[in-house]
Amino acid sequence: MTTDEPAGAPRKPADEPAADPAVATAVKEPAAVPGKEKPGDDDSFLSHFLHNLWAANTVTVTVLSVIMAMVIGAVLIIVSDPAVLNTFSYFTARPGDALNASWTVVSNAYADLFKGAIIDPAAVTAWSNGTGTWRQVVFPISETLTYAAPLVFTGLSVALAFRGGLFNIGGQGQAVVGTICAALAGFLLPLPPVIHLIAALVAGLVGGALWGFVPGILKARTGAHEVIVTIMLNYTANLFLSWLILQKGIQQAGRSDAISEPVDSSAQLPAVGGEVRVNLGIVLAVLATAAVAWLLKRSAFGFELRAVGANPAAARTAGISVARTYTLLMVTAGGLAGLGGATQVLGTAHALTTQVAGNIGFDGLLVALLGRNRPWGTLAAAVLFGALRAGGNRMQSFSSISLELVTVLQALIVIFIAAPALVKAIFHLRAARSARLGASMAKGW
Amino acid sequence: MANDHIDLTVEPGEVHALLGENGAGKSTLMNQLYGLLQPDEGEVLVDGVARTFRSPRDAIAAGIGMVHQHFMLVPVFTVAENIALGAEKARAGFLDRRRARREVLEVSERYGLPVDPDALVENLPVGAQQRVEIVKALTRDVDLLILDEPTAVLTPQETGELLAVMRSLAAGGKSIVFITHKLKEVKEIADRITVIRRGRTVGTASPETPEDELAALMVGRAVNLEVTKAPAEPGREVLKITGLIVDDDRGVRAVDGVDLVVRAGEVLGIAGVQGNGQTELVEAVMGLREPRAGTIQVDNEDLTGMTTKQILRSGVGYVPEDRSLDGVVKEFTVAENLVLDQYDRAPYGNAFRLNPAAVATAARERVEQFDIRTSSPDSAVSTLSGGNQQKVVVARELSRPLRLFVASQPTRGVDVGSIEFIHGRIVHERDVGTAVLVISSELDEVAALADRIAVMYRGRILAIVSPDTPREEIGLLMAGITDPSAAAPAEPVTGEAADGDGAAEKGTK
Repeated sequence: MTTDEPAGAPRKPADEPAADPAVATAVKEPAAVPGKEKPGDDDSFLSHFLHNLWAANTVTVTVLSVIMAMVIGAVLIIVSDPAVLNTFSYFTARPGDALNASWTVVSNAYADLFKGAIIDPAAVTAWSNGTGTWRQVVFPISETLTYAAPLVFTGLSVALAFRGGLFNIGGQGQAVVGTICAALAGFLLPLPPVIHLIAALVAGLVGGALWGFVPGILKARTGAHEVIVTIMLNYTANLFLSWLILQKGIQQAGRSDAISEPVDSSAQLPAVGGEVRVNLGIVLAVLATAAVAWLLKRSAFGFELRAVGANPAAARTAGISVARTYTLLMVTAGGLAGLGGATQVLGTAHALTTQVAGNIGFDGLLVALLGRNRPWGTLAAAVLFGALRAGGNRMQSFSSISLELVTVLQALIVIFIAAPALVKAIFHLRAARSARLGASMAKGW
Repeated sequence: MANDHIDLTVEPGEVHALLGENGAGKSTLMNQLYGLLQPDEGEVLVDGVARTFRSPRDAIAAGIGMVHQHFMLVPVFTVAENIALGAEKARAGFLDRRRARREVLEVSERYGLPVDPDALVENLPVGAQQRVEIVKALTRDVDLLILDEPTAVLTPQETGELLAVMRSLAAGGKSIVFITHKLKEVKEIADRITVIRRGRTVGTASPETPEDELAALMVGRAVNLEVTKAPAEPGREVLKITGLIVDDDRGVRAVDGVDLVVRAGEVLGIAGVQGNGQTELVEAVMGLREPRAGTIQVDNEDLTGMTTKQILRSGVGYVPEDRSLDGVVKEFTVAENLVLDQYDRAPYGNAFRLNPAAVATAARERVEQFDIRTSSPDSAVSTLSGGNQQKVVVARELSRPLRLFVASQPTRGVDVGSIEFIHGRIVHERDVGTAVLVISSELDEVAALADRIAVMYRGRILAIVSPDTPREEIGLLMAGITDPSAAAPAEPVTGEAADGDGAAEKGTK
């Protein structure tokens, strides 16, 4: 994601398979590799490494998807800039102009994306010669993590439900209810500092869990499809929030617009301070990821939900209550999304507005998809989305490229991830071992 | 490598059986013939001309048709539509249905394969669906028909009908490759037998070859096809079912007043054509289906109203009839499948957490004890052959003290070597004093395992007989005829056939 990456990157890996046979021949001719202590070992390691790199494993596909998305993003940046487009009108006469202009606009844009998301070298220089502060250095990372924290929760919510065979589209509604409950607890309960925060977080968790319980119990008892129920509950939650904000005692005193009382400082997630907005939310998010990973792998409930997700009939035959598992799973997933809403309102927003939960529920779907429904993968995907968002803000203000481009990038990444066959076809990846097995037609045995 | 330098010649008008265990490479070989896979080496000659098949279309053009183990039919299409699919004959841009119908009727008449061209495929019983597949291949004018494990899904009657059809096709000059691992059928129908083991041809045999010799060729060692067991020493009454009435999913009475007792240390076999209520009976015992009336007791403890988990906990072991649907979670590892119903009990875990170390240790032991062929206990169960998957299920259920063991179709789709092993474990379980209930649609299996045979017909137990009873008599009972003396020798056969047809007709009309 450095400045020169986008154009050059796709070509670079393409050279590597060519290197592969060369390595293989080198093994056959030991004379060709003098000066190495263990030529055979080294070569076989290298060729193994290249082989695995080029095998279509999930990491390779994910990385290539990001690169592909950035390449298409570059094209969009070029065609959306009138000045650059103008240089293309005389492309045959002076192609250099067009190429230069394209390069400049794309590299500047992606440089801003990087500076806004990870680190700005100028800020580092300023800090080292005394004109800047350390806060400016960590500001981009802080922004990335701030945006990422709620997405981790909603992403985990979707991922966990998915592992249990449920498609939780209701992360948005559960997050909204989570923000409502957390905020109400945050400004209505008169509690001492630490306890107040815990109470507010728990309120968010319980709110989301309740909102997840409804589709869960309906699915378990009546077979109502969770997708439809959760979509409807998203509307319900949003409209309830819009109504609630304008009620007396909730709406901020002296304001006529839709904003609630602010959350007491005792219930806010402690932040580093100043412009560095990053708060305890990201720490909680990492803890939640670890908890979900443990739940899936080591807990009896995790075993049940994975069994039900993979084969409900076999789970039932083995004595696992499918109905109970569905209900409990939706409660847990809802609780996670509710916590996501709570971190949003207690960490950054500090008051309810109609848009307080933003799009975190729906982005959670994408994050879970990108993270392949694995807890740590989801965390990584959320951080990537946070980085795109934070960098996008800078890209918008410095390169005047609209924030929507970031959304387009996110969407493209997800499309490529969702269509691994497409990525493999573009890059002629060898099918990974498991994929090869799956593709075999001889399934009759 | 699934196929290693295999030679195979099929003559016109011949039924050529391809015999081999699960995973021997039979389907791989046939998929190459049918253009689904390309060989790395070697060639296919049709009528002496070398051909390469890039797709089934090429194979069909060369006169090769295939009926897959899992039917390739569109359930919501009619028979005629399914047969026209892929070779649609259009008239002015519209599908020529009338012509498709006519073709179906022609072919079904010529070869004696009754199918109704206007029936929806989803309403047809399995045997009739298979006939549709065969008719479909025949309308493409094939000379060589490959049948991939065609009898695996059929009832004994349907199997008989299929064998008759194969005979008439061969008489009509068609060649048939019949893939199977069932020795009886091979001996009954095949003109020549090629045995494949681990991707190689290990021999050709004639149908006169004794069964145990064929089995030895398949498995690579001598196999004991008989179940050796000492006489049973029945003890106390363990399972006691009285007046059990169970409905199926559609609300139709499936079990209609069953009384049954299984004693400790005996195997009670339930014989019967599939679909006579055996499935529902077992599901009721296991708490998977609520009975309408009656009681199910294990050691005088009423099971009705208990959850499946409680029933399993009370010392009941259960091997479900459909392994891939109910028996294993394919995505789970062998180790996880081995504790699928024990994961929250000591030592594997408790209500909150698992104990991976205990699970892994137990898995290593079971893999050893039950001879489960897997690269590692951490491999997904889906990578195992059917026989080994079944061993996982059996190992899971038999690795704890039991009072009652219920095994439904314990060896369906399982290779000969594993059948021997599983039968041995079932007899062993009986010998340690467990009450065993075996349900199988294969009369041979019931007769070999059971100490008493209960014959089930239309939801009732018609009779309980000794396993020494002549096959014909049990066969008559399975067809619902209780008084053999009342039926003239020729009649039972027609009675049975008529019954089978009746079942088939129900779907087509």
